[in-house]
Amino acid sequence: MSATTADKAIRTTRRAARRHRGEGGPLGVVAWLAALVFITPIAWMILTGFHHEVDAATNPPSLFAQLTLENYQRVIKSNILPYLLNSLMAAGFSTILVIVLALPMAYATAVKPIANPRGLLQWVLSTKFLPLIAALVPVYITFKQLGLLDNIFALVIFYTGLNLPIAVWMCHSFLSDIPADIMAAAEVDGASLFTILRSIVLPISLPGIAATSLICFIFAWNEFLFALNLTATKASTAPIFLVGFITSEGLFMAQLSAAAIIVSLPVVIAGWVAQDKLVQGLSLGAVK
Amino acid sequence: MSTSTPTAAFAAARADAERRERRLRMRRRLPLLPGLVFLIVVTQIPFVVTIFISFMKWNLMKPKDVRFGTLKNYTTVLADPRMRAAILNTVVMVVGSVGIALIIGTGLALLLNRKFPGRGIVRTLLITPFLIMPVAASLMWRHLIYNPVYGLLNGTLNAIGKLFGLTAPQPEWVSSAPMVAVIIALVWTWTPFMMLITLAGLQSQTLDIVEAAKVDGAGTFQTFRYITLPHLRRYLELAIVLGIIYLLNTYDQVFTITAGGPGTATTNLPYEIYLTAFRKYDYGEAAAAGVLVVILSTIVATFGLRLLTSLADTTQPAKTKKEGKK
Repeated sequence: MSATTADKAIRTTRRAARRHRGEGGPLGVVAWLAALVFITPIAWMILTGFHHEVDAATNPPSLFAQLTLENYQRVIKSNILPYLLNSLMAAGFSTILVIVLALPMAYATAVKPIANPRGLLQWVLSTKFLPLIAALVPVYITFKQLGLLDNIFALVIFYTGLNLPIAVWMCHSFLSDIPADIMAAAEVDGASLFTILRSIVLPISLPGIAATSLICFIFAWNEFLFALNLTATKASTAPIFLVGFITSEGLFMAQLSAAAIIVSLPVVIAGWVAQDKLVQGLSLGAVK
Repeated sequence: MSTSTPTAAFAAARADAERRERRLRMRRRLPLLPGLVFLIVVTQIPFVVTIFISFMKWNLMKPKDVRFGTLKNYTTVLADPRMRAAILNTVVMVVGSVGIALIIGTGLALLLNRKFPGRGIVRTLLITPFLIMPVAASLMWRHLIYNPVYGLLNGTLNAIGKLFGLTAPQPEWVSSAPMVAVIIALVWTWTPFMMLITLAGLQSQTLDIVEAAKVDGAGTFQTFRYITLPHLRRYLELAIVLGIIYLLNTYDQVFTITAGGPGTATTNLPYEIYLTAFRKYDYGEAAAAGVLVVILSTIVATFGLRLLTSLADTTQPAKTKKEGKK
């Protein structure tokens, strides 16, 4: 008697859980449709990138025109490589510098904390809330005075400052996960600071470091406003190539699509790889 | 005499302990130093300089007439119809994009919180707009989608029209509805962001309460309204605050899709500041406008900062416990 009641209760709960999680059903179809709507512009751009210019500029659009690689060949021939290399250097070096500066800071807020880590973290974060545009004039003037305009290292320094708050918060959040007991045990065993760092802190935090790096890389790679104003010819990055790529010539949509895909691809792949950590980086470490 | 010796020894020991304590505290602060110095130099000093320049008369076109000590930049900026339009456009752009992106993003998060075939693929597809380089995405919208002759929008309209033997309208999207064109591009980019934060909130919800509510006979809407929504509130607030702060800096889309036009129809504050500094060469005015943006976002940020720390505390209970112990 009582067993059947309990049985029934369990069954009801299970059914409720299944209903809540909504296995399959029409809502899954809605989600798929939404994803298709959001991806359509990109899909169109990818398709256009593989079409001849004549087929890219038709109305109504030609979906099933002949495919070609000529746009990609043209874009690569049109001197895109130095721009990509500049982007790689600006994003890569700034990411390395960010990690080098952020890890010790997070160590001092999470592992062996200073007296008031909360206050420091808040201050670090507050620097991220200042609108970039307000820094444009002084940063431009300073780099001009230092003779660093059109120099890739000006971008490296600037992007490092830009991403450091995010990185400190992310590193703080994953360094806080290191169990204090392990650290204490290692100290009791007389392990040196270097040993502790190398054999405990580093292995545990490696995935976190990777995720933080990817997030910082994405932001630096996509940055446009400062790249536009701090560089001229030598140090220009990929987004500058893209806006300069548009000429007044009539047919260019296919080539533009190919170029846009080439410059976006590294970050799209990085983002896909880091998608589980993306939300943590975007919310500055607040959401896990 | 005999009583003073242990007191002295005690005092000495205490002083020694204090010294050791202080040294320990210093040593704990040491790793902060390089990063802190870097942050102050790169992110704080420029803003101080901006405030300084905002009180300067400094136009590159009048190089002989540069001096400090004027409020004229602020009066000019506040009286300038272009600047006023820019403030209004910024508000419309930010509120419109954040609002719409939040609603769509929350809807998508609710869908993604359920199990269905291919959920991982759908999530990957949905975050992709956020990853596409903003300049590339903006060029895509302007030339491949909105283009009145060959764009996908008018092309599709035309194709549908032909299907029914009608002549479909072929509007000039960017010039007839420039603000809508920019906001659509922004919503497309930022919806994934809103979705990811809301989804994180949904997944942090304990299912027991939801199940209990269902068992008690609460409908889907009731459960959402009285259980899920209150739990989501802080995540939604976080998404709004961060969205506002990021979108106040909107530049790429305006520069690429409309160049602020037609007229000042889509000129927002960042774009107007850029024009003032690098087309009008008036550093003083640009700096004063920059200070205004800082004030605007500081108001939002003070609220956001509190929110972020409180969320970080609740999602990381382990950290709080550890700190409390020390």
